[in-house]
Amino acid sequence: MDPQPEQVAYICGDCGGENTLKPGDVIQCRECGYRILYKKRTNRIVQYEAR
Amino acid sequence: MPRISVLDMPDVPNGQLPPHIQLQKTRVFCEKNAPTHTDYVQHHGSYTSMDVHESLIENFHNNFKVNVIRLTSDVIEFDMIGIDASLANAFRRILISELPTMAIEKVYFVNNTSVIPDEVLSHRLGLIPLDADPRLFEYISDESSSSSNERNTIVFKLNVFCKDNDKRISVKSNQLKWLPKGSQLNSETDGGGNEYTSFRCSQDSPEFSHKPIGLKHDDIIIAKLGPGQAIELEAHAVKGIGKTHAKWSPVSTAWYRMLPEIVLMKEIENEMAEKLVKKCPVNVFDIEDLGAGRKKAVVSNPRACTLCRECIRDEGWEERVSLRRVKNHFIFTIESTGSLPPEVLFTEAVKILEEKCEAVIHELSF
Repeated sequence: MDPQPEQVAYICGDCGGENTLKPGDVIQCRECGYRILYKKRTNRIVQYEAR
Repeated sequence: MPRISVLDMPDVPNGQLPPHIQLQKTRVFCEKNAPTHTDYVQHHGSYTSMDVHESLIENFHNNFKVNVIRLTSDVIEFDMIGIDASLANAFRRILISELPTMAIEKVYFVNNTSVIPDEVLSHRLGLIPLDADPRLFEYISDESSSSSNERNTIVFKLNVFCKDNDKRISVKSNQLKWLPKGSQLNSETDGGGNEYTSFRCSQDSPEFSHKPIGLKHDDIIIAKLGPGQAIELEAHAVKGIGKTHAKWSPVSTAWYRMLPEIVLMKEIENEMAEKLVKKCPVNVFDIEDLGAGRKKAVVSNPRACTLCRECIRDEGWEERVSLRRVKNHFIFTIESTGSLPPEVLFTEAVKILEEKCEAVIHELSF
C-alpha cells in the first residue's frame, strides 16, 4: 500500500472546477460547495471490441 | 396450371416429356392462392418411365450461362441460367457470411470526452467499410496483441478536438488516418516502449498494395463534438468473415430471384387489354395496335414483374394470364460495400465453394 495516499482530482458537478481530495475529506467542492463530484477519466488507454 | 385430361394428352416423340410435364418440371406456377410445382426434380432417373434419360452434369455443362445485365463500381446484376437453386443459394450465403474483409476490431481509447460513449463509438467504427483488399492479409491467429503485425492488422488513428469557443463539429470518416507503420501508442503497463503492434515493415511499400489503404467513404459521420470535447483513439482492423460479425460482410446485400415468365393464355383485346395494362403496377404489359381500331395486350417487360398477382386477382383473369417463374434462371444481384468490386466478390465466392467441395472430396476419399 502507498504510505501517502495519492491525491485524486475530481470535477465538480455544478461549477466544473477541479478539486483534489484525500481519503477522509468531505466530498464537497471548494469553489461552490456542491456535494456531487465526478471522477476523472483514466489517463490509461482503454481497449474496446468494435462489436 | 390448367388441368389436362388423360384422354386428351398429345402423343410425344420418344425421349421427350409431354409439354405439361416439361412445364411443371421447369416452371413454378404462381397461382392466385399459392405457387405450385415449386419442387425441383434432380434425380437423373426421374423420367425413365417416359423414356427420358438426362444427365444432370452434362446438362449443366452444355446449358450453363451467365449474362451480366448491369455492372457498376459497386453493384452487379447478372443472370445465372441452368443452375440449381441450392447452388445459387450457396453462392448467396457464401457472399454474405463467408467472404473475408477487413474491419476495425479493436479500438484503443486514449481520450473520449464526446457525448457518444466509448463502446458505442467503437461499434460505429467497426461498421465503417474499409478500402483494403482482404486477399493481401492473413487472419490474426492469436488473440494476444503481440501477434499483430503488418500482415494481419491495419492501424488507424483518430485524433480530433473541438476548440473551446468553436461551433459543434462532425467527425467524419476521412479524419481516420492510416498508420502504415503500425501503432503509435505505448502500453504503460510494460514501462512504455512496447507498442500494441509489431510491424516489421511499413504497409505502404508497393509489395503490399498498389494503392494506399483508406476508407471507402469519406463522409460517414462517426461522432459529433461540442466545444471543448475531444476524441483520441487508435483503431486496429483485422480480417474476418460475416459469420463472426456482420461488419465483415463484404456485401450490403446479395440476393436472387427467379426469372418471371408471363404468358397470355388467350388473346386479350380492346378494353380488356387496357384493363390489363392498368392492373399491373410495374407496367409489365403493353398494348399493340392491330389496326382497324383493334388493340391487343402483349407482355412487354416480364422482368419487371414482382409477382404481386394483381393481374390475376379478379374473377376470370387466372385463365387469361399465367404467371410463372423459370426454375433454373436466377437474376442475381450483388451490392458490394467496397472492399472488392462486386464481380470479383462473386468469383471469390465460387472459389470458396470449390474449396468446400475439395474438402468434402478429401474427407470422403480416405
